[in-house]
Amino acid sequence: MKELSLFLGCLIPNRYPGIEKATKLVLDRLDIKWSELKEASCCPAPGVFRSFDRTTWLTLASRNLVLAENKNTDILTICNGCFSSLMDANNILKNDETARDEVNTHLKKINMEYKGTIEVRHITEFLYREIGAEKLNHAIEKPLELNVAVHYGCHLMKPTKDRKLGGAECPVFFDELVEALGAVSVPYEGKTSCCGAGGGVRSAMLETSFEMTGYKLTRMKKAGVDCIVNACPFCHMQYDTGQAELAKAGKKYDLPVVHYSQLLGMALGYSPEEVGLHLNEIVNPEFEAKIRLIQKQDLSAV
Amino acid sequence: MKNPEILTCFQCGTCHASCPSGKYTSLNVRKIIRDSTRKDISEEPELWMCTTCYNCQERCPRGIKVTDCVLTLRSEAVKKGIILPAHRKVCAFLIETGHAIPLDEKHNSIREKLGLGMPETVSKYPKALKEVKTLLNSTKFPELVNE
Ligand code: SF4
Ligand code: SF4
Repeated sequence: MKELSLFLGCLIPNRYPGIEKATKLVLDRLDIKWSELKEASCCPAPGVFRSFDRTTWLTLASRNLVLAENKNTDILTICNGCFSSLMDANNILKNDETARDEVNTHLKKINMEYKGTIEVRHITEFLYREIGAEKLNHAIEKPLELNVAVHYGCHLMKPTKDRKLGGAECPVFFDELVEALGAVSVPYEGKTSCCGAGGGVRSAMLETSFEMTGYKLTRMKKAGVDCIVNACPFCHMQYDTGQAELAKAGKKYDLPVVHYSQLLGMALGYSPEEVGLHLNEIVNPEFEAKIRLIQKQDLSAV
Repeated sequence: MKNPEILTCFQCGTCHASCPSGKYTSLNVRKIIRDSTRKDISEEPELWMCTTCYNCQERCPRGIKVTDCVLTLRSEAVKKGIILPAHRKVCAFLIETGHAIPLDEKHNSIREKLGLGMPETVSKYPKALKEVKTLLNSTKFPELVNE
């Protein structure tokens, strides 16, 4: 297996940098070899750019892939959208000679060539496959006794044929990763349903997208969870800003939104501030107090 | 749309029944699939209501790549100049900054407080941004999406 280049994308560095920091902290702590994928651009976002112009989408994605090829590293994504764009583009370019030739005629203008020598990973499936839930459970310091609503996000699992992470109707791998940190993944209605953000719906039809978000939030709340755990900054933003927006209309959920990197960070002993939880729109002091209490407990006495 | 695969659609409606957007909008993806074989549906606003969640594609009993069809239909609409104002804006961001969501002052200062500095992306490297611009011009993206 190659070493990893961390692909940041747009949303994490530019809107939720706490997730970036948390990711770097946990990679270092777990002794996973990584470096920055310098000079990368937007993946580019699958729901919008892929549907506007496939060639442009493939070409920009190929440049990001080549940046990693030139370092002989795999790409590590921390966003379902980046994962989807880069993995799909990589699969297409590896298998479709015509597409590869077309992309390479564009890449030639910047002295690059796509060769198809690397893989694209997502932090959750990387941890699950390369470390495993059991070992992760041994590595953590503070089992987080929380009830959690796990949100996979559409593009992490689907299309299942390409993702190869099991079925999308009742997926389990992400729940196992969350439970490895001492939390309980609480079942809730509509668990595999979309957060509402994708496909350019959020940018063009914000209110409609929040209706889909409200559907999910209501069911999560009913299940009595402490927080939402996601694997994607776009879902993260949708739940976070969606709650702020819905609160104006009198619907209060107060559910902290936590990216898996942040949850893992806290299980490794980093404070809620260190993983950037306070940078969310929805800040729930009770939740943070609960985490702090868990982190203060002296585990050596148990 | 020319796609022989969709001729096997038997209008069962599994796709629409699985659609999260169809619960709240006028999107009926079963109808989109049917109509796309009969006429030009580039002007249908429903094309843009899909979140690309892939539920329909996963569940179609005929194995039709329903979501991919929606993506293709969208790109056909874009070729005819049909593109929502909000999406033109996202394209403008990409063309200008290399990011769909560019870094702003507020988040730059948050990064500093976190001890992160500038992101190691095109935001920091002008030469890299120039490469992105060269590629976008090469695929004629600005011509496609600018009014
Ligand atoms: S699920 Fe498939 S076969 Fe059934 S209506 Fe939709 S596209 Fe047609
Ligand atoms: S991919 Fe689009 S059309 Fe298909 S179920 Fe999801 S939102 Fe509906």
